[in-house]
Amino acid sequence: MSEILWILVIALLAGAANALIGSLLVLQRRVMLGDAISHSVLFGLVLAYLLSGSRDPLMMFGGAALIGLFSAWLTDLLHRLGRVQHDASIGVVFTFLFALGVILIAGHADQVDIDPDCVLHGELALTPFDTLHIGDTDIGPRAFWQLLGVTALLLLMLAVAYRPLHALTFSAVHAASLGISVALWNTVLAVMASLTAVASFDAVGAILVVAMMALPANTALVFARSLQQMLIGAVLASALAVLGGLALAAWLDASIAAAIVVAAGLLLALALALKAFLRRSSAAHRETPRSQSA
Amino acid sequence: MSAWDALFAFWRLDDPNVLWVTLGMALLGASSGLIGTFAVLEKRALLGDVLAHAALPGVTMAFFLFHTREPLVILLGAAAAGLLAWGLIDLLTRRARLRQDSALAIVLSLFFALGILQLTWLQRQPLANQAGLDKFLFGQAASLTDADLYLLGTVALGLILLTALLFDRLRLILFDRQHALALGVPVRRYELLLAAMLVCAVVIGLQLAGVVLMAALLLTPAATARLLSDRLRPMLFIAMTLGVLAGVTGANVSYLAPRMPTGPWMVVALSLFFIAALLLAPQRGLLPRALRQRSLRRRVEEENILRTLFKLHEETSVDTLWSQDDIRHHRPLGAARLNRILQRLHREGMLDGTPERMRLSAAGLKRATTLTRGHRLWETYLENRLGLSPERAHFAAEAAEHVLDEATCATIERELGRPSTDPHGRPIPERPDAAEAPSR
Repeated sequence: MSEILWILVIALLAGAANALIGSLLVLQRRVMLGDAISHSVLFGLVLAYLLSGSRDPLMMFGGAALIGLFSAWLTDLLHRLGRVQHDASIGVVFTFLFALGVILIAGHADQVDIDPDCVLHGELALTPFDTLHIGDTDIGPRAFWQLLGVTALLLLMLAVAYRPLHALTFSAVHAASLGISVALWNTVLAVMASLTAVASFDAVGAILVVAMMALPANTALVFARSLQQMLIGAVLASALAVLGGLALAAWLDASIAAAIVVAAGLLLALALALKAFLRRSSAAHRETPRSQSA
Repeated sequence: MSAWDALFAFWRLDDPNVLWVTLGMALLGASSGLIGTFAVLEKRALLGDVLAHAALPGVTMAFFLFHTREPLVILLGAAAAGLLAWGLIDLLTRRARLRQDSALAIVLSLFFALGILQLTWLQRQPLANQAGLDKFLFGQAASLTDADLYLLGTVALGLILLTALLFDRLRLILFDRQHALALGVPVRRYELLLAAMLVCAVVIGLQLAGVVLMAALLLTPAATARLLSDRLRPMLFIAMTLGVLAGVTGANVSYLAPRMPTGPWMVVALSLFFIAALLLAPQRGLLPRALRQRSLRRRVEEENILRTLFKLHEETSVDTLWSQDDIRHHRPLGAARLNRILQRLHREGMLDGTPERMRLSAAGLKRATTLTRGHRLWETYLENRLGLSPERAHFAAEAAEHVLDEATCATIERELGRPSTDPHGRPIPERPDAAEAPSR
């Protein structure tokens, strides 16, 4: 497969995975968790690198995902046990872990060549060159397989647990009253958010992770009437954003990930404008007969 | 030079450069701690994070338009972008009805992406000296010039003074927006001003601390102060003090180990203060809360045993000695647990006799009488006035006996006209120090 096709497929997968988990987090008002996880991950990467002494992708992936999960867990703990405001607990945890990551890098500058900037931006254009091999056969980019795995897991989770997740995203109290374990499913969501963030960020950067969790989900939320509609709408919106973003990046010759975010932002603006227009025209429609009868 | 010598050299502050950097970091810590507290109390703790990320397109745009790296121009660009981001968040939450956290995530990532887009685009343009533009975002305290520090100090002091001047108004809006509106305070104007102050605090800090860590300088001192105090004025002072301490620590560490970046160490210092407060804060700390809970649990356990012994004595006389089995017959408890409680009661002088055969001491009898009096008065009150059945009244009184004070008991007694027996027909004791303790 040619490089540009790989980039397209990887971006589409990253968009879809983040749109799915993002929809659930947006409904739970926890989407800034994506921001927290994707920043804490730096610490996990450095730690895994220093402990294993290699850039073995599996170690790096595991370390990053564990620290991502750890930060989600710590956030929850601070909020519940320490009675710290929820948004404040997110911020305190991820900035601390990020600072530790930067310090570790500074302290081992001679061994570590992880660039904090690069973690934040990501470089989609380079993903096709980091390939996996079985024996001598090249089976395609690592980012592709990672994202494919995570997307499959997300779809599996939705298929198996659609009802509890549906109840949970509607209201935690409602879910608890139905006998659904809120703590369990919140943990599952945190695990999936962490895996998704880690699988996508080394391809596309932390910023794209946050953006693709929040933007397509909110675009879908403008019109969606059910969770199902929202999930499908978010995936479609993310696909549109990826296509638009690739075109924008090619035109400007600039970062693909950033261009995708900008395209997703334009899409949200378009949806909001359309909604406002529809509301105005339907309001005008409703008012006309009344003014005639008066 | 040993580490101690270096530390000593740092604190002599001979090196004017060290003095300036330390002063700059301390001022930055103070001003961001101060402004950040307002953001946290507005339940917008992550706003600083968003505004810090949102400054990037301002930096790149200012460079693109004016082709200069003059700090003032770049910082003005960053401030403009920050204000724009604040306005967009406001628009998205108020007009488009997006959830607060969604709006924050969207504005953060969108602005940052716009910045990256322009940065990568600029890098491919034939423009001179655009390299290092991103240093405005990732923070390099050591590379600060005198002009930078002068600007930083002025803005930080200005922010602190402005907060002091407007304190009453800001406090009013913060705690009751509706009330402020009703009083005719131009709330929107003050909110905009507060946003502008937050943007200023972010922008001056970016160069020193970088995007992510700037978020921490705004948030962590405020979150720590929130754990330590419930009042705004002390909170602001605590947050400022912690900011200053962290600033000095950061400068100190990077002086001792030049390889170490200042900003992250400031954040680590702030996080350690936060952890300490989380564990030890007198009211909200985890440890004091656990200790208070434990002492309450112990008091309830002891009082229950005292009450049981009182009832046993009531059946016979105050002189009878009772065994642990007698107590457990009335109050099912594990043997080991009862033993521990009895040991505590012995230590407190509430019991006479041995741990095997015991009775209430004079002091124990007095306390048990008070408890029983509270219990039976409460039962009687619930039955007489609320029409509860004796069984339900008993269960309610089991909890209430531990918290009723003598003033409440006296009121109930007057209210009910000095009843002599409770709903179960048992006598309600007199207030123990009013009557002499029954003699043996």
